[in-house]
Amino acid sequence: MVDRGKAVSDGYAHETQKRNRRRACRWRTAPDLTDELVTHFRELREQLRAKWLDMMTAKGLLEGLSPEEAETESATIYDTCVDCLESGEFAAAERYADRMAKRGVLRGISHDQIMGGMLTLRDVYGRSLFERYLDDPPRLGDALDVYEPVANQILLIVALAFIGERERLVREQQEAIRELSTPVLRVRERLLILPIIGMIDWQRALQITEQLLRAIREHRAKVIVIDIAGVPTVDSKVGNHLVQTVDAARLLGATAILTGVSPEIAQTIVTLGIDLSKLTTTGDLQGGIDQADRLLGYRVVGE
Amino acid sequence: MPVPILKQGPFLIASVQAAPTDIDLLALRDELLERAGRARPLGVVLDLTVLDVMDSFATRTLQATAEMLRLRGVRSVVVGIQPGVALAMVQLGLTLAHVPTALNLDEGIELLEDSLGLGDHGGE
Repeated sequence: MVDRGKAVSDGYAHETQKRNRRRACRWRTAPDLTDELVTHFRELREQLRAKWLDMMTAKGLLEGLSPEEAETESATIYDTCVDCLESGEFAAAERYADRMAKRGVLRGISHDQIMGGMLTLRDVYGRSLFERYLDDPPRLGDALDVYEPVANQILLIVALAFIGERERLVREQQEAIRELSTPVLRVRERLLILPIIGMIDWQRALQITEQLLRAIREHRAKVIVIDIAGVPTVDSKVGNHLVQTVDAARLLGATAILTGVSPEIAQTIVTLGIDLSKLTTTGDLQGGIDQADRLLGYRVVGE
Repeated sequence: MPVPILKQGPFLIASVQAAPTDIDLLALRDELLERAGRARPLGVVLDLTVLDVMDSFATRTLQATAEMLRLRGVRSVVVGIQPGVALAMVQLGLTLAHVPTALNLDEGIELLEDSLGLGDHGGE
C-alpha cells in the first residue's frame, strides 16, 4: 500500500535541500574574508557561547534541559555552525539536526525552543560582526554577505529536520490508530466479527480489507460478521469497497454477513445503487451471530 | 508446464503451478473434462495456493472449467487463493462467481464431501 503523504513530504524536503545546497556556494568567492570570520568566531567562542546561553535562559528557552546538556549541546552547535562557514559543507549540520530532531521531538522539546535558540545564536553571531566592523561599513557589508547565507541555510536545515520528524511521528501514530480502530475479533471457532467504528475513507477501507483477509487465513474462518452500526455515513466509494471486501472474503472460502445498517445508511445504499444483493444482512449483531451459527452448523455448499 | 493432477480417494486434485500460461490452463480444462468421463471422480479441487497473480483469462477459464465439469456431473471447488491475489482480483471485478471456494485443500475436500453427503460432517 503506498503511503502517498510520506512520499510527497519526503520529496519536498529533499528538493528544498538540493536547491539550498546549490545556492549556498556563493560565499566561497571571498575566501580571505571567510577565513577572517571563522577565526573571529573561534577566538570569541567562549564569550559568544556564554552570551547565547544567557539570552536563552532569559527567554526561558532552556526548559527541560539540564545545565550539563545545555553546555554540551550549545558547544556542539556553535562549533558545527562555524565548521559549516569554514568548509561550505552542510552535511554535518544536517546529520546533527536529524539527531537533535529525533531526540527533541521524543522528549517534547517545542518548536519555539529550538527555533528560538537558533535564532538567538544567529543574532549573537551577527551582533559580534557589527561590533567588529563598526568603523568599516563596506567591510561589514561584505562580512554579512558571507555570513548571512550560511546562517540562513543552517536555520532552514534545523527547521526542516524538526518538521520532518514531527510529520514522521504523526504518520506512525495515524497508522497505529488505524490498526487499533478496526479489530478483527475471533468469537468462535471459524467465526470472526469485524466491528467498524467511525468514518471510513479509502485508505482505511483498504487497510480493513487487508486485515480481514489475513485474519480469515490465520483463523480459517468460514463466516465473518461485519457490523457497521458505528459508521455514521457511507458513500459510493466505501459501499463499493464493502462489496469488494465481501467478494474477496468469499474467494478465501468465507461468507460475510452485514449487520447494523442504520436507516440512513440503508437509504444511502439504495439511493446510490450500490449492489449488496450478494450480502446476507441482519438487523443487529445478535442476529448476525445467530445467522452465522446456522451457517456453520449446516456448512452451506456452493456460493 | 502441464498442471499435475493427482487422485485422492474419489476426488481429483489439480495443483496449478506458478505463472501458468494460457495454454497450460486450456490444457488443464481439457484434461479434467476427459478424466471426468474416464475415471468418473466425484469432485475436483483446483488448488491455486502457489499462484501470486490471477488475470482475467485465468479466472474466466477456471470458471468455465468448473461449469463444464458440473455439466458432466462433477463438482469442483477452488482453494488456496492468497489474500493479496484475492484483493487484486476483486479490484479488477474478477469474482469467480458461481464457483465454490475454500481456504485450503483440507477445507476444499471437506466442502466437497459435505455437498455429496459423504463423511461424518453432518452435511445439509
